[in-house]
Formats: sequence, structure tokens, C-alpha cells
Amino acid sequence: MKKVYSLLLLLFFYGAVQAQSDRFIAAMQQKVAAFDTTFSVNGLTALANDFERIADAEKTQWLPYYYAALAQVNGGMMMTGGNMNGGDASKTDPIADRAESLLNKAAALTTDNAELHVVRKMIANLRMMADPMNRYMTYGQEGARALAKAKELDPANPRVTLLEAQDKFYTPEQFGGSKDEAKKLFEETVKRLDAHKPQTSIHPHWGRPAAQYFLGQFAK
Amino acid sequence: MFYNCTKMKPLLLLLCVFFTLQAAAQTTLSGTVKDAKSRPVAGASVSLKDSYDGATTDSTGSFSFTTSERGAHLLTVSAIGYKTGEKQLNLAGSQAPIAIVLKEAITELSAVVISAGSFEASDRKKGTVLSAIDIATTASGEGDVTGALKTLPGAQQVGESEGLFVRGGTAAETKTFIDGTLVNNFFFSSVPNVAQRSRFSPFIFKGTVFSTGGYSALYGQALSSALILESIDLPEETSATVGISAIGLSGGYQQLAKNKKWSWGGNYSYSDLRPAFAVIKQRQDFFKMPIFHNADANFRIKTSATGMLKYYGYFNWSDLGFTTNSLDTLGFNDLFRLRNENTYHNLSYREVLGHGWKVNIGTSFTYNRDTAVMALANGKQQEVLVQGMEYKNMGWNNRSRFFNSKLVFEKKLRGLSALRMGAEYNRSEEEPQFTLYNGDKLGGAITDGLTAAFAEADMYLTNNLAAKMGARAEHSSLLQRTNWAPRLSLAYKVGTNGQASLAYGQFYQNPETRYLNGPSSLLFAKATHYIAQYQRIASDRTLRLEVFYKDYDNLVKTRTEQTRGMAISNGGFGYAKGFEAFWRDKKTVRNLDYWISYSFLDTKRDFLDYPTSIQPNFAARHTASVVMKRFVTAWKTGFNAAYNFSSPRPFFFIAPNGAGHTKFVDRGETPPYHNVSFSLNYLPNLGKANAQKFTVLVLSVSNVFGFDQEYGRRYSFNGQRFEPILPPSRRFIFIGAFISFGVDRSQEVINSNL
Repeated sequence: MKKVYSLLLLLFFYGAVQAQSDRFIAAMQQKVAAFDTTFSVNGLTALANDFERIADAEKTQWLPYYYAALAQVNGGMMMTGGNMNGGDASKTDPIADRAESLLNKAAALTTDNAELHVVRKMIANLRMMADPMNRYMTYGQEGARALAKAKELDPANPRVTLLEAQDKFYTPEQFGGSKDEAKKLFEETVKRLDAHKPQTSIHPHWGRPAAQYFLGQFAK
Repeated sequence: MFYNCTKMKPLLLLLCVFFTLQAAAQTTLSGTVKDAKSRPVAGASVSLKDSYDGATTDSTGSFSFTTSERGAHLLTVSAIGYKTGEKQLNLAGSQAPIAIVLKEAITELSAVVISAGSFEASDRKKGTVLSAIDIATTASGEGDVTGALKTLPGAQQVGESEGLFVRGGTAAETKTFIDGTLVNNFFFSSVPNVAQRSRFSPFIFKGTVFSTGGYSALYGQALSSALILESIDLPEETSATVGISAIGLSGGYQQLAKNKKWSWGGNYSYSDLRPAFAVIKQRQDFFKMPIFHNADANFRIKTSATGMLKYYGYFNWSDLGFTTNSLDTLGFNDLFRLRNENTYHNLSYREVLGHGWKVNIGTSFTYNRDTAVMALANGKQQEVLVQGMEYKNMGWNNRSRFFNSKLVFEKKLRGLSALRMGAEYNRSEEEPQFTLYNGDKLGGAITDGLTAAFAEADMYLTNNLAAKMGARAEHSSLLQRTNWAPRLSLAYKVGTNGQASLAYGQFYQNPETRYLNGPSSLLFAKATHYIAQYQRIASDRTLRLEVFYKDYDNLVKTRTEQTRGMAISNGGFGYAKGFEAFWRDKKTVRNLDYWISYSFLDTKRDFLDYPTSIQPNFAARHTASVVMKRFVTAWKTGFNAAYNFSSPRPFFFIAPNGAGHTKFVDRGETPPYHNVSFSLNYLPNLGKANAQKFTVLVLSVSNVFGFDQEYGRRYSFNGQRFEPILPPSRRFIFIGAFISFGVDRSQEVINSNL
């Protein structure tokens, strides 16, 4: 009889955990779908807050912290409007700080994750773009190191290729940039996205719209 | 949300009813988030703690969301730039609108910067005027740490002797600190009428603070100015460098451990001015061409995530000798020979102790020996003793040892506020020894132990108002005296980008030991600073305006004994007041970065053997600089130009008047000083992917237009004959190639020139 009780108890817990997990996945699926189609500063800020709430409630999941950081950094990038001659550091630096603290929380919950280093590179880019003249040395190198680490951990990652391509695209030719190489890398990104199977529907799978946007630039 | 539960099995029915009840009991939470001034806070995250439920405020600060949670819950509200707000709720199906007020968080980005009196060169911090690389790429700076600082307001263009002459102060009134500790012999040993360079490469420093007054209580023994240098931490990568230039050869190696936890390295350079002086005619006639051997070594260890131990050691040997025509005895020459040995070692450690405490420990040791000869020489540059002119022949052998150590504890308080306190001990042992023409030796030993204690508080009252209050006490065993120096600065934000600052401070300094024979009953010399500043930094444009008043007291008065000035009293005094402006603009003209600085200085002092209170010979009323930098990417070349101007400076010859005082034998003013310098850096490997070596070619020219530059007058012993003090050559041209292996330095170079 005792055994039966224990079994029942175990089943009950399993059921509870499963229910919790289903709730998490359902919430994440909805937010990730929203993230894939949101391209406004306000929308991204709201999504970042939503992900952070899920993350804080779950406490053991790296994905919501990861998406919260990513949404913050994308919102920050959108704020600069892709202006390579310097944004407003007083507006974007606090966002970069916030993204970094969220990413550090994600990093504490997963190990050797290439996706986190990809976001680190994006945070470094956001900081650099606020004042490229003075910050190139610090954040340019910090970003390069993060991207190298991501590549080392996951050589086939399509987002690594995407960021490499963007670097090549924006760097002046005299400094090692190349539109031709950028184009090849964007094409490679799309190829890799086609081949890449995300672990679940809520694991990182973004990158296609950006790659296609840049490839569209070449078509003109 | 009502499900049809009736068609279910009993257990499921129960569950279904339970969930439905929960779903039915949703609470709608709505309200507004505002700041302390009742302005809406947009983008704030409103969350029910430990649930998924929450919302983000809109542009009016409003939020609304529903939750199925019940009972006691904490509502948290967070927004960038604000402290997190909380409200305890009891959820029971309905809830009145919630009003949340967020308090502003005091952050480095939004808070004012206490900036009166100081210029900072750094890449990371906010409110800095220069970046680290500006130090190396200022055309008139000639790659010297202090060269670029001379283009900032407050510093004088003094060409006949080394050092930073700040706001009417002597070079000795500026002290240099590396990683917190005092540096003795920061410049190469003095040569008559020729300014010497600073000993250290600008590339070993990542941060520079040049304070032209009102500096922190952490530093002392400088009446006018503090130059605070912070050395680099771990290098980015392992690398080797080779350099060849018109003045010598150099090589270096830096090894970074695979785990990036420690590094070591060293550099050696040999400078020999023979080839350069063969091409560029010098005013002096060298019988011993200047030769310098320079070696340095370093290690840096990351002792923990937050701890860092650093060592830097420096060795230098130099030898030079020349003659110039003698103004005392026609047909003879004045001979000067100087040999110098110098070694400097700095060990520093910093660590975070937890609970908001940090510790910084620094210690340094310096040994310096100057062996010099001054004499009359014949046409063959051999020393001769001429009757009646014996005083012209003398030598000195000065040995000195300095030991400095400093301990600083820092406690972080609320917001950005912090408390710093600590102690410092400086021991100096100097053994000057003079040899007269007849072999008689004069000398002694001067030993001082200077103990200091200091405390300082940074108080950020709001983002708009900050204060720094500090005090420092010092005891000198040589003077047997103690001083107490209060310091105070305030900064107030005016508008979004502007701020106004005030600074006040008292500063004490020991009399220079060159005027002492041994223990002395002299007092500390004293200066009191009052500074008011307005600064505006916005989108790559910086404007700084500063007015100051400085009061000097207890300056050393001297009497001439055996051709040397010896301290007799603290009866000297003086003042300096002025106005300074600085404008830097990287934006108006695309790709052109320029700055303009102007200083007006009104100063008079009575010290040393001055007969009365006068404008000293190291102070000009008007000083100005224009510095320009432009990098032309297509040519892979950076162009740098600078113009320095200084209005006339006084010169004079002072002699005893026979009645126990002194008098002017000759007085006058130099013509105004103009200098246009130019430099370019060519980077042939720029942008070549995966280049194994990286080359930088440098060309720099001082006084491009060959202006007449006069620094004052050189006098005969009786002051009856004189000639102008001129630079060693009208123009100097430097050509060099620097190659680094193993590391692509293009990033660094791009950054330095963008």
C-alpha cells in the first residue's frame, strides 16, 4: 500500500511539473512568435519585460533571460536607427547594461552556449555604435572575442555567420571590410538557417529577416 | 472562461471545476507609473512577483493587465534610470487603480561629474576631454606623455627646462603619480637650457588625469598640479615589436598566458643621436653624443575575478657631454657632461573585498644617480682651470633613493557615493655631493620620512548635485612639522549636457631639497586654490570655461652660497589668477578632429632670490594651442598638426646688491613664441586581412616654418654679457618605422586615427 501511495505521490509531482513546464512552453511559444515579428523599440521593450518576468518566475530557465537580453539589445539597436556615426550613449548605454545583466543571468543557467556569445557580440556592437571613434578599440575587440568564442563553440551557427557578414558589410574596405565577402556570408547565413534545426520551437532560430534584408540591399 | 464540465468523468470533473474557478477569478490590475516630479515613466516593467503576469507602461505611464493569482502578492516596477518600486497587494478579484512613484537612480551615466580643475584622458569614462590615444597623436607632443598636456589650458610653453609649469607654478609644483604612488625623476635629468623628455612611454598608460588645481585629498606634495597616470592591465594578445628610427633601435616582447590570467614582457631600446645630429645641426658642440639605454620589464597577474597584481620595472643609463661658447672668458667654452643611472619599480595590487569595500595597495622604489661636470674648456674641449674663474669648475655626484607606499580603502555607499581613506608613506634619501675646483667636497645627506593620512567622501545628493569632501594630514620628519589640508569640490548639472563646478583646496609641499643642506627649520610651502568651471559636453563637442585664483604662501627664499641658492626663510609669497577656455569639436568638419585652448594668466611671486614680487620667468600672460587631426582612409595615413603660441615671458639676472639684498642687473622680455608642428603616420598593412606583421611609419617635424624661438637669456657670471637661449636646433625631424609581429595591430591604429 505504501508503495502505491509513493507512486501516486510521484505521479502527482510529475504531473505538476509537467503542467508547469507546459505552461512555460506555451507562454514562451507565444512570446517568441511575437519576438519574431516585432520591429519597434516599444514593442521590443515590452517583450523584453515579458521575457524577464517569465525568467524571474521560472528561475532555472536560460531561454527567457536570453530572449530578454536579445530583445533589449535589438530595441537599443533600433533606437540608434543603424546610425554608424554615433548614437546617443546616454540612451543606449543603460540598455546595453540591462541587456548584459540579463545575459549574465542566462549564462549562470547554461554552459558553453554559443548563442549567449552571439548576444555578447551584439551588446558590444551597441556600445560601440554610441561613439565608434573612441570606443572601437575597447568594444570592437570585446565583440570580436565574443564572436570568436561563439564560433569555437558552434562552428555551424547561422547567427555567427550573420554577425560576421554585418561586420564585413559596415567596415570600410580600407579597414578590411568587403561587400562581396559580406554578400557571400549573408548567403551562407540563409543556407545555414535552412539546414539548422532548432532544438525546440522556443530555442534560438532568428536571423532570416536580417539576412534577407541585407541581401535585398545587394539586389538594388 | 467557462468550460463545459458536465460530460466529464468525476475526477476530471473535479479538476475541471477547480481550474475553471481559478480562471473565473481573474483580477484586473491597472494604474500609472510616474517619477518624483509626476512625469510619466514609459517602458517601465510592472510585474507580479514570481508570476508571468505583468505589463509594460505606455507613453503616458499607464499599464493594465489581468492575473488569476489571488492573495498576498508583491507588485514590482522597474525602469531604466530608476530605483525599483514595490507595492504589496492583496488580490481578491477587484483592485483599485494603482499609482506608483519611482525614485531616480543615481548612475554614472546620468550623474554630474566632479570636474573642476582636471582634465581626464580615458576611453571608458564619461565626461573625459581626451582619449588615451590623443596623448600619442598630438603633433607637438613628440610622443611624450606631457607633450599633449601642454596643449591644454593651464600649462605653459616652457622650452628651456622640462616639466609641467601650471598656472604660474614651477615645474616642481607638479607631481606625477603612477598607479597611485608618487614618481620621482619622472623626467630625464636636467641639462642646462634644454628641456628633457619624460622617461615613460605613453603606451604603458591607459588613463591620464591632469589636474591643474583643486585635486583630490588622495594626493599631496604638489602646490599646483597633479598628473595621475594609470598603467594598463593585461595586454590583448601576445606580440613582439621592433622599431627603427632616426634616433635608435628598439625591441620588445609581451606574452599573454593561454588562460589570459597573467602576462609578462619587456622592452629594450638604444638611442644614439649621432646620425640625427649629423644631419640636424645642434647649437651645442657634442664631444659625447647622447646615448641612452632603456630597459623595462613587467608582469601582470589576475589574482581573481576582481583582483590584479601589477609590476613595472624600468632601467636607464645615459651619457652625454657638450660644450657651448663661454660668456665669461672669450675663446673658452663651457663644458657640461652628465651621466645618469635610474631605476624605477612599481608594484601595485587591487582587489574587491566584498560588502562594497575595495582595496588598492601601491609601492614604488626609485634609485637615481647623476654624475655631472661643469667646467671651462679650451678649444679642444678639454677641461682647463683659469685663474679668477675657478668657480666655473665643479662637479657633482648626486645619489638618491625614494621609497613610496600607499594604501587606499574604498567603501561604496548608496548610489554612486563612496568613502575613501588611507595612508601614505614616502621616504627620500638624497646624498648630494659637490666637488669644487680644488677637490674640496661639499655635501651631506637629506632624509625625509613623509607620513600622510587622508579621507575623502563622494556624495551624490541627486543626479544633479554632487560633492567631494576630503582632508589630508601630512607629517615631515625632515621639517618636524605637520600640515592639515581640506579639499572640497561641488558639481551641479545645468541643463542636459552642461554642468557647473566649484573647487577649493589647500595644498602643501616640502621645500625643494636642492635648496637645503640638511635638517631645516623651514615650513611647508602652501597654496590655496579657488576654481569655478562651466563645462558642456554634447555629441562630440566639448566646451570648458574655467576661472581660478591661487594664493601662495611660505615660499622658499634663498641666498647664494658658493654659486648655489640655499634656503634661508619661508618669506616668499605670490598669487596667480586667470581665465581658461577649451573647445574640442569632432563633428562640424567631417573626419576632422580639432581642439583650441587658451589661457590668460596674471601671476606674481616673490621667492628664491627675487628682489621683489614679479611675474616669474616661467609664466606668460597668454598661451594658446590649436591641435588638428585627420585620418585619410584612402591613403592609409593620419595627418596631425599643432600650433602653439605664448606671449612674451620675462627674463632677468639677479645679483646681490651689497646691502644684504638682491637687485636686477638685467631685465627684459622674450619675443612671443610660435611653433607649428606636423606629424604623419602611414600604415601600409592597414586592412590586409590576417597580416602577420603590422608596420607604422612615422614622420614628424617641429617648427615647420622655422620661426625664431627664444626662451630667455643665458648670462655670464657677472650678468654683464648674455645671449638668447634658443632651442638646440631650429627644427627637428623624426623618421621611424615600427613593426609588430604576431598581432594585427590595425584595430589599434584604426581607432587611434579614426
